[in-house]
Amino acid sequence: MSTTTESPTDAGTRTVVVVGHGMVGHRFVEALRSRDTESTWKVVVLSEEAEAAYDRVGLSSYIGTWDRASLALGGNTYDGDDLVDLRLGTRAEHVDRDARTVTTSSGELIAYDSLVLATGSHPFVPPVPGHDSAGCFVYRTLDDLDGIRTAAEAAIERAAAKGREANGLVVGGGLLGLEAANALRLLGLTPHVVEFAPRLMPLQVDDGGGAVLEGLISSLGVQVHTGAGTSSIAAQDDGRLAVELSDGTALLTDLVVFSAGVRPSDGVARAAGLDVGERGGVVTDLTCRTNDENVWAVGEVAAVEGRCYGLVAPGYTMAEVVADRLLGGEATFPGADLSTKLKLLGVDVASFGDAMATTPGALEIVHTDATKGTYAKVVVSDDAKTLLGGILVGDASAYTTLKAYVGREVPGDPGALVSPAGAELGADALPDDAVICSCNNVTKGSICSAIADGSCDLAAIKGCTNAGTTCGGCLPTVKKLLVDSGVELSKALCEHFEQSRAELFEIVASTGIRTFSALVARHGTGTGCEICKPTVASILASTSSDHVLDGEQAALQDSNDHFLANLQKNGTYSVVPRMPGGEVTADQLIVIGQLAKDFGLYVKVTGGQRIDLFGARVEQLPAIWQRLVDVGMESGQAYGKSLRTVKSCVGSSWCRYGVQDSVGMAVDLEHRYRGLRSPHKIKFGVSGCARECAEARGKDVGVIATDRGWNLYVCGNGGQTPAHARLLASDLDDETLVRYIDRFLMFYVRTADRLQRTAPWLDALEGGLDHLRAVVCEDSLGIADDLEAAMGRHVEGYRDEWKAVLDDPEKLSRFVSFVNAPEEADPTVAFDESGPRKVPVLLGLPTVREKV
Amino acid sequence: MTTLITAVGNISVEEGTRSTVRNAVRPGILPAPGAKLWVPACLVGRLVPGRGVAVLLPGGAQAAVFLLPNGMIYAIENLDPYSGAAVLSRGLTGDRTGEPTVASPLLKQVFSLRTGAALDDPCVTLPTYAVRVQHGTVKVGVPLP
Ligand SMILES: Cc1cc2nc3c(=O)[nH]c(=O)nc-3n(C[C@H](O)[C@H](O)[C@H](O)COP(=O)(O)OP(=O)(O)OC[C@H]3O[C@@H](n4cnc5c(N)ncnc54)[C@H](O)[C@@H]3O)c2cc1C
Ligand code: SF4
Repeated sequence: MSTTTESPTDAGTRTVVVVGHGMVGHRFVEALRSRDTESTWKVVVLSEEAEAAYDRVGLSSYIGTWDRASLALGGNTYDGDDLVDLRLGTRAEHVDRDARTVTTSSGELIAYDSLVLATGSHPFVPPVPGHDSAGCFVYRTLDDLDGIRTAAEAAIERAAAKGREANGLVVGGGLLGLEAANALRLLGLTPHVVEFAPRLMPLQVDDGGGAVLEGLISSLGVQVHTGAGTSSIAAQDDGRLAVELSDGTALLTDLVVFSAGVRPSDGVARAAGLDVGERGGVVTDLTCRTNDENVWAVGEVAAVEGRCYGLVAPGYTMAEVVADRLLGGEATFPGADLSTKLKLLGVDVASFGDAMATTPGALEIVHTDATKGTYAKVVVSDDAKTLLGGILVGDASAYTTLKAYVGREVPGDPGALVSPAGAELGADALPDDAVICSCNNVTKGSICSAIADGSCDLAAIKGCTNAGTTCGGCLPTVKKLLVDSGVELSKALCEHFEQSRAELFEIVASTGIRTFSALVARHGTGTGCEICKPTVASILASTSSDHVLDGEQAALQDSNDHFLANLQKNGTYSVVPRMPGGEVTADQLIVIGQLAKDFGLYVKVTGGQRIDLFGARVEQLPAIWQRLVDVGMESGQAYGKSLRTVKSCVGSSWCRYGVQDSVGMAVDLEHRYRGLRSPHKIKFGVSGCARECAEARGKDVGVIATDRGWNLYVCGNGGQTPAHARLLASDLDDETLVRYIDRFLMFYVRTADRLQRTAPWLDALEGGLDHLRAVVCEDSLGIADDLEAAMGRHVEGYRDEWKAVLDDPEKLSRFVSFVNAPEEADPTVAFDESGPRKVPVLLGLPTVREKV
Repeated sequence: MTTLITAVGNISVEEGTRSTVRNAVRPGILPAPGAKLWVPACLVGRLVPGRGVAVLLPGGAQAAVFLLPNGMIYAIENLDPYSGAAVLSRGLTGDRTGEPTVASPLLKQVFSLRTGAALDDPCVTLPTYAVRVQHGTVKVGVPLP
């Protein structure tokens, strides 16, 4: 709070009048007031809107909360600062540049020394017949959204009375049009989007990306009409609007939102004779000064060297430039990065650099995956060496790293940048001046020096560099830098333990400590967290046969393990009984079917050859499991970081090609390793011949029959980064096979990091596959007996977790919805069964807006 | 900020299989001023140190009540604002540089049990509830209008 003692009219105090209190106008006032320590400027702000500056970028989050205050920009009323005079609901009508005065809508005349135009833009409404009918809107201000809301609610009521769906039409399929379409969807209307160009988001993506985007958006229930203009709009007697498109399509809609681009609000400037650009906007030089030396323009209304910027970040930069200039500084506008990454209706879209390949000689490399719905393109220089730009649709995870490479030479084959099999572009190869966090303009160099200065986790780096504090998109890259830096402490599990998981494992194994509290008291600090507790729980479980819910261990388990079921997005659980090798009896299937009927569960067959029952509430789990246990089924540990399934083909008993009994082996292996807790989930596959129908080479442990026995493959997985399993040993007899798997699994359980699957574990293992083979097959470390004995204890001590719970009233008593109303169903859990399959409906809608 | 602790005397824990012994169970936050409806949740002995339970409040709201190993009891909103599911009572507790926390079991966002603030997201703060223990029963204070 400023405590100015001088009177604002003191001689020497000059007056700057700011026209427009949008995001940029406010930023200008803040920048000026925070730097003008001598109080040389008095500020008068004229705001046409009745609301003080608010977050227009986040406008859509107004929907649902309808709380204006939640969008207010910090400090937007300048309370306690008598050098700022904010006049809400007051338009600037006329500027007299000779007299240096502004006339306001209330008829007042205000003299200025400097004038800053921050009037922003207004939506462009194409002059089609009927564009001003009731029911036509634009999407720019809080008032616009209130209007759309009222119309949408009336439309829904009207439509319900007629037994039809209410719908809305958005004219314009750009970034904002899609955002408006999503808004209509949230309001309960079926959205249609009409885009004149042959693709959606024509400014950001090319035809290929547009096609993928259209597919993804259509699958979300948005009706897309591309390559069509709006020809006319006519009000109907029933309150609806008849819209005719240029391709002859006629649509009946309840309301229309125009989102066909914006035009700079340069009316007052034009009338005052200031230079304006060809396509509008007040022309300025790089200092944001107009052709009148006392008049400046910032934000969307400014055409800096003839170019307008429709994003807020360049506007903020202009505001800082002008504040600096008014105080005698020398700042200039450095240009702006127009790269965008956003999530529209849940779909990732990113474009950066020269996305449209306009550089002469530029080459494009495109990778489209229609089934996954992804599109990736990179644009490189004519010698295929320098990255110029690109477009990502459907999966934009590579955005931050790729963007940082723009204008630089790419290591290796540029085609690999977009091909899924290609090497991931490492942040390590980037030079220090590459920008990693573009929201806050933080370079790789500053992040690395923060790490060198002792920032040892994401939180610390965020704190001292600001990287990752706005959209968060760069955090994976920052994390990689942290890991690559090889800073010693990167091994620390979390703030409570300096040790790695493997070191903690050794401590537990050698000291015999059996409780978390003792471990954290003797070897750590604090009371633990969501990272170290489940890790220690897993170590304790791997090293003994205690029940995971015994004693103090109960408090360490992640929610999945705590309720021995898989937590789903709406707080209900899914239930997966074990079916070793994919075998199931008729009686068991009948019970599963009956359970699904009795409890209304959604049934799905999993990729691991078993059956998943979705939608069970906490308090229903014991009754469900009682019936499964009664028919001889056990927990499938689908909820745990533990052995999941042993998938098998039908093998020699039925298959004419089979050379070994793959089902028999799979069942034996699943029985042996069931219940084993590990750093991450473990999957097995067993195939009866080299045709490999069980896809065993995509598993952590793959067993494939040969004429002479079994080949053992290890460290494969599917998922996000697929890896083929590698051959560890060939032609093994049954007994040797099991012995090798015992050793392999226990070695992994002991030495892997938290949440490290076998493939990355092998990658990180010094000596790689050869070392692993030496340890497992030749016992090079002399620990084979130890590993086998540990596995022996596991096999010996195995008990079914669910049966143990059902036999223990104390543990059973935790399976309640509410401690004060144990049988009451959670009122926020609901399902929609109107579609082809039962799906959860969230009644307690998320209140946090998804970050773009 | 100072945390005020009101000890409510020694509460004996009923016989049970639980291993942790607690001498005193203390409400973690002092009730905010104003009249409250005190909704009985459960006996203190029903709480597992380090874990939470869900409590149904009049009108359908839900509180998540946690007992920490040091004997402090906290209550915050049960509805996870990031997922819309009523699951926070099932999250893991712990601390971040000493601040008592719970992590959402769904996407692991971490909340302060004292203030309800999301520790990695300055825009989000959950409602908290006053807690007291009377004659061995944990009660959640719902502000009266
Ligand atoms: C739904 C939506 C989503 C967006 N998303 C993003 C995004 O993700 N990223 C991004 O970078 N940008 C986004 N934008 C664009 C961003 O909001 C603008 O770039 C930014 O608001 C421009 O700020 P400004 O201050 O220049 O203009 P504005 O915020 O438009 O403010 C101008 C103000 O001046 C007032 N005014 C006009 N004429 C006068 C006058 N004569 N007298 C007094 N007052 C006057 C107007 O009423 C208005 O309040 C989005 C915009 C919208 C509408
Ligand atoms: S892997 Fe071989 S044995 Fe198994 S089903 Fe296929 S062909 Fe038959």
